[in-house]
Amino acid sequence: MRGILNKQLTQRIIFMLLAYAIVQLLVSTNIINAYLQATLVTICINIILAVSLNLITGFTGQFSLGHAGFMSIGAYTCALITMRVPTIAGFLAGVLMGAVMAALVGFLVGLPTLRLRGDYLAIATLGMSEIIRIVFINLDSITNGAAGLNDIPRFVNWPWLYVFVAGTILLIRNLLKSSHGRACIAIREDEIAAEAMGINTTKYKVLAFIIGAFCAGIAGALYSSYFYYIKPDLFGFLKSVDILVIVVLGGLGSISGSVLAAVLLAVVSTYFQSFPEIRMILYALILVIIMIFRPQGLLGSKEISISMFNRMGKLFAFGKGEK
Amino acid sequence: MLEINNLNVHFGVIHALKGISLTVNDGEIVTLIGANGAGKTTTLRTISGLKKPTSGDIILNGENITGMSAQQRVNKGISHAPEGRRVFPAMTVLENLEMGAYLRKDKPEIARDLKMVYDLFPVLSDRQKQPAGTLSGGEQQMLAIGRALMSRPKILLLDEPSMGLAPLLVQEIFNIIRGVNKAGTTVLLVEQNAMMALQIAHRAYVMETGSIVLHGTGEELLQSDQVKKAYLGG
Ligand SMILES: Nc1ncnc2c1ncn2[C@@H]1O[C@H](COP(=O)(O)OP(=O)(O)O)[C@@H](O)[C@H]1O
Ligand SMILES: [Mg+2]
Repeated sequence: MRGILNKQLTQRIIFMLLAYAIVQLLVSTNIINAYLQATLVTICINIILAVSLNLITGFTGQFSLGHAGFMSIGAYTCALITMRVPTIAGFLAGVLMGAVMAALVGFLVGLPTLRLRGDYLAIATLGMSEIIRIVFINLDSITNGAAGLNDIPRFVNWPWLYVFVAGTILLIRNLLKSSHGRACIAIREDEIAAEAMGINTTKYKVLAFIIGAFCAGIAGALYSSYFYYIKPDLFGFLKSVDILVIVVLGGLGSISGSVLAAVLLAVVSTYFQSFPEIRMILYALILVIIMIFRPQGLLGSKEISISMFNRMGKLFAFGKGEK
Repeated sequence: MLEINNLNVHFGVIHALKGISLTVNDGEIVTLIGANGAGKTTTLRTISGLKKPTSGDIILNGENITGMSAQQRVNKGISHAPEGRRVFPAMTVLENLEMGAYLRKDKPEIARDLKMVYDLFPVLSDRQKQPAGTLSGGEQQMLAIGRALMSRPKILLLDEPSMGLAPLLVQEIFNIIRGVNKAGTTVLLVEQNAMMALQIAHRAYVMETGSIVLHGTGEELLQSDQVKKAYLGG
């Protein structure tokens, strides 16, 4: 038993190092050039956004349309800090503060919206993110209003992206594997039954919002640091919908689904840049087709795991042995 | 075991429970019968802490639990199998049962209770790995009762366990309720199937539009003209 566990852990670590090394190699050999690097950054940010929204909507069942609002708080906080302290320390402090500020707002949003369900919750979270956007527009003296902030120092590179993406995935995955995760899923499945089992449903719904917002704050901070320009309109309703599309496409309740969908959509969207006239039509068409054939999303609520590859490997080896 | 004094519950302007009082003694099966909308479900939800009363007291083994959260009440030994089964559909049978023991930490004892539930409902044992949403209605009801037992309750609240089940299954469920009670769990059973409920209950209360209008032993109420007319079809 210990042996198996250790073997899985070793494989997991090898897999994670490999993923890092391969991309690093592609970046240093300039196969991922400056243009593709933007796609890489977008993928990483979207993974963080989608996985964290999946915690709120896919696992805990709280329909949220306000994720871009949390993201914008991280983006502005980090930008304002790194513009004053343009060092790595300033950048890291900015990411951390951005995440904490977003989590704080997540907490404040989580509390009053707890009584709401489904569509009502979606509208309330949407309203919240609109309020945040309007506050950023009107805080002229700090945020430069609708024109936004420019020349934000860039500190984001592949190693940092990797740290934050892997950190987010590990954080949320471990949370979901614990008894806390079971509580979240039980709330999604049947809130009244969950309460009858003695689960503190209020606590877990707020917790999901806090952690989800915290990660969205990180994503926003990375965004502002890489793309060096932010304005309130980047974080409107459409951005929240974009994130929700990734989550639904990958599968509500599947972390690896969110990762897969984030990669797929970014690649498709980058590829379609060459056909600007019909780009959005093709993009929408692909979404519609996938949803017709996989209404539960690419992975449903399943996860791709390393042990799955092991099993496939064994099956394959067995098949060869037969011949 | 359980005592309710002068309980009032409102949903906005609707006065759902109008000062009801009832007692459940240690080791009893007590049933609460009445027509649709009488307030039976509301009574159970108020006892388990899912609904806050406007006034009145709920006493469990001498302790006033009226102000406690649902979580605290589970820890005190109240377990509620809600109306409509409400299993967790995407979770497996085993995971559902584990959720029933969510607040417990005593792993070996949980394993023992799991075995006890599987002995009680062998069909659940066969379907451990199956998502609960794919079970038949009767199996889901068994799972709901099994899940409620996994918190090792002192008192089990059952809300219409016979709802929507074929007569043969209803008989089986009632036999199991009797078995659970014999094994030492006190039961408060809400039913519309008055005939069956009165047959296994030690005592019974009849509810009408938020008030308790009649009570007695199961036998007495089975003989009562008023009950016969209203609930037993003649
Ligand atoms: N969530 C609710 N909101 C408003 N009214 C409710 C709610 N639940 C129950 N009621 C009302 O309370 C009364 C009692 O309902 P209930 O306890 O479900 O009855 P029973 O279980 O005996 O059929 C009914 O008049 C019902 O309409
Ligand atoms: Mg009812």
